[in-house]
Amino acid sequence: MYYPSQKKPPRTLYKFPGGLHLPDNKAQSTTESTVRAALPGKLVLPIHQHIGAPSQIAVQVGDRVLKGELIANPQGRISAAVHAPSSGTVCAVAEHAVPHPSGLPALCVVIETDGQDAWGELPPAIDDFEHCEPGLLLERIRASGIVGMGGAAFPTSVKLEPENSRRIDTLVINGAECEPYITCDDMLMRERPAEIVAGIAVMKRLTGAANCLIGIEDNKPEAIAAMTRAVEQQGVADIELVVIPTLYPSGGERQLIRVLTGKEVPSGGFPAHIGVVCNNVGTAKAVADAVLLGRPLISRYITLTGEGVANPCNLEVLIGTRSNELIAQAGGYTGREQRLIMGGPMMGFTLHADNVPIVKASNCLLAASAREAPNPGPATACIRCGMCAEVCPVSLLPQQMYWHARAKDLEKTQEYHLFDCIECGCCSHVCPAHIPLVQYFRFAKNESWDQERERKSAELARRRHEAKLARLALLEAEKIARAQKKKAALARSKPANRETDAGSDPKKAAIEAALKRAAEKKARLAQQGVKPQNTDNLTDAQRRQIQQADTRREQLTDNVVSDDSAQTGASKDS
Amino acid sequence: MQFVTITSPHTDRPNSVTVTMLWVIIALVPGAAAMTWYFGWGIVIHMLLASAAAVAAEALVLRLRGRPVVPAVSDLSAVVTALLLAIALPPLLPWWLTVLGIVFAIVVAKHLYGGIGYNPFNPAMIGYVLLLVSYPVEMTTWLPPIMLNQHPLDLMQTMNAIFGGTLPPGLDWDALSMATPLDEMRNQLNQNKMISEIRRSPLWGDFGGLGWEWVGNWYLLGGLILLYKRIISWHIPVAMLGSVLFMAMLFHFLDQESHPFGLFHIFSGGTLLGAFFIATDPVSAATTRKGQLIYGTCIGLITYVIRRWGGYPDAVAFAVLLMNMAAPTIDYYTQPRVFGERSAGDD
Repeated sequence: MYYPSQKKPPRTLYKFPGGLHLPDNKAQSTTESTVRAALPGKLVLPIHQHIGAPSQIAVQVGDRVLKGELIANPQGRISAAVHAPSSGTVCAVAEHAVPHPSGLPALCVVIETDGQDAWGELPPAIDDFEHCEPGLLLERIRASGIVGMGGAAFPTSVKLEPENSRRIDTLVINGAECEPYITCDDMLMRERPAEIVAGIAVMKRLTGAANCLIGIEDNKPEAIAAMTRAVEQQGVADIELVVIPTLYPSGGERQLIRVLTGKEVPSGGFPAHIGVVCNNVGTAKAVADAVLLGRPLISRYITLTGEGVANPCNLEVLIGTRSNELIAQAGGYTGREQRLIMGGPMMGFTLHADNVPIVKASNCLLAASAREAPNPGPATACIRCGMCAEVCPVSLLPQQMYWHARAKDLEKTQEYHLFDCIECGCCSHVCPAHIPLVQYFRFAKNESWDQERERKSAELARRRHEAKLARLALLEAEKIARAQKKKAALARSKPANRETDAGSDPKKAAIEAALKRAAEKKARLAQQGVKPQNTDNLTDAQRRQIQQADTRREQLTDNVVSDDSAQTGASKDS
Repeated sequence: MQFVTITSPHTDRPNSVTVTMLWVIIALVPGAAAMTWYFGWGIVIHMLLASAAAVAAEALVLRLRGRPVVPAVSDLSAVVTALLLAIALPPLLPWWLTVLGIVFAIVVAKHLYGGIGYNPFNPAMIGYVLLLVSYPVEMTTWLPPIMLNQHPLDLMQTMNAIFGGTLPPGLDWDALSMATPLDEMRNQLNQNKMISEIRRSPLWGDFGGLGWEWVGNWYLLGGLILLYKRIISWHIPVAMLGSVLFMAMLFHFLDQESHPFGLFHIFSGGTLLGAFFIATDPVSAATTRKGQLIYGTCIGLITYVIRRWGGYPDAVAFAVLLMNMAAPTIDYYTQPRVFGERSAGDD
């Protein structure tokens, strides 16, 4: 007898173009299980840790805050709240070094911890999230300050929001962690799989996705085993764990979606456009904490590694802990450290000092030695070998974009799809001439944005100018119309006047009388020592006229402002 | 603690121009060794002479241009150009012609256009064509391969011939020299002989000229090394060899007695050397995958057309240079579909 197999056939996986097999260097930091980092004396919390508008500070210097208490409110739709990671006193609201490629300081709330680590009042847990209003869940996620923990730090509530009736059919959970050295997601999946799966269930409920695919690279067997167990135990329907081949950058959102579903996110579009939402495993865990425990995002897993660190490891750290304190907990520097990198070797950026705080998006601190990250030396001329195009996961022609970026021909770079570049660094890595290609592309992007901004502000100035001219023309036209009306009225009343003029010229007499009266009044006032003001003795009609002019002016300015804002809104949409 | 700030990626870069060029030189070794075996010391002498002249010329121009000399010379690109030119030259060519060719290649074809990466034409082929057009007699005076050569010259005699223009007593140039198989085939065909008649001569091997065809095999081996090391991709060589073979076979089957078997064209002249080492020069070739197929195919076509109907026995150099001109245009029209970009059909 033939029995059809009960086992599901393995899922068909798809390929993305290019990619690199890199030495993964992940073993160093996964030898020991993750421990919680010691409570630091000071926590430095930048108010802009996410994509979107900076949050608005809700505390003052001297305020006592409890663990989990809100210290900065989100400002606008795309923004995120910031919470106090431990109890203590706000000792400063000032600029502090932050992890940013520019190396520039930014506004931070500094909390001096009191060592008690006392929780504040937390919102109630939502245990029955399956039957909870989606709006309520979204509000909880937003209030908990959750952003994408894979590195982009895009506010998660916005991502999970059912956007104008786009149907989401697949929720992709990113556990690929393709970049060398970084192991924080790996360790999180090994140690907190149940929480991750719970978070996935919440996200699934929110997006209404029928399927959920968890993508994990095949170089993380322990994480795969732990996650498989958790998925089985929790019995959430339609969650499938998919083991994908290790190939950098399979953890890129678009690349992972391609590998798992075969679909390509349209150029310039979002995953939602093809019915997919993608979230990192760390984000899933944060969502579970927020919904099931009521806890805001105040801590995360981070990898400390590289030959410059004595004991490479993973730590669970409070957001705002400064890097040097963490390095000290990992045994300090070995003396071989050459560069301190926030993030991985491919996409991370170097820090010029180690006093920057860990932010929500920080996944790795890599103290690389000269052997691990040797100075590539000066770039030489491009020999057009095309290796860059071969490894590009987006099928770009990096070499052509480079020529045009070098020539500052921004339009041409955009013709070559500059804005589809995900800055994964594959091209720069393989370039035999050691040209920092990605750097050129970042430059071209920034220049393009600058140009766009300039173009927009010029456009706004032009509109304002035109509105002003129109206003002036209108006023002028009104003035002429008034004058003509007056003239016409005068012309009509003239024949009557002429008759009286012919007699004793009472007009002249009246003027003379008035002048005399004025002189007398002046003399009288001078005697009394009062100086006249020309607005003092206005007639009622004059006052009315002044008031009318004022209101007219107000209305005009109001109109122009609202007009402008409406127009800029429209141009943004287009 | 303060750290240096450098742009990503923070990795040990696997590739460098010097290493790439070094692999090209290594891949040339089998073919060059085979040529030395068949045609004597002249090949080695020209390779050394051309390399020295190339490095000297490059250093001089770099100084004149006010560019750092050592980093540019140490990328070995000038040596590669010199070797590619040298192995295309007749073994007993006067030394000053070699120097003239390579200096023109480096100074005019490479540096006057801006140096490595900026030259629109393959410098080695520019040097070769300059010599071929200006000194056609010297450039077509080849030696017979070792098994047909009754008077093989030793090292000293070869040096005398190259540097002094003197041959050992009792020998003259006519007795010593022999046309290349491509030249021979062409001349015989022009005398209205039939292929079956021509091939009766002991000059011929299985497909091409005796000895010559084996040199082609060794270049093929070198090409495979480059493919294995991923220094070149298969697109240009396969397209070029495929189109030469297609054209040759097509005409062979139309008229077997006046068109040699297709593999004759593959194993004669510069076809294999050109397909793997010259047409694949990254600087002057097309760079998109589709573009490389077009580029290679056109080189093959032009090569066959000039060999069959043109005024020169071999045509790889001309074909490569003609297609060098077309490469930027080909690249422009063969951009790959970007990931996530919609094709014209769907919305």
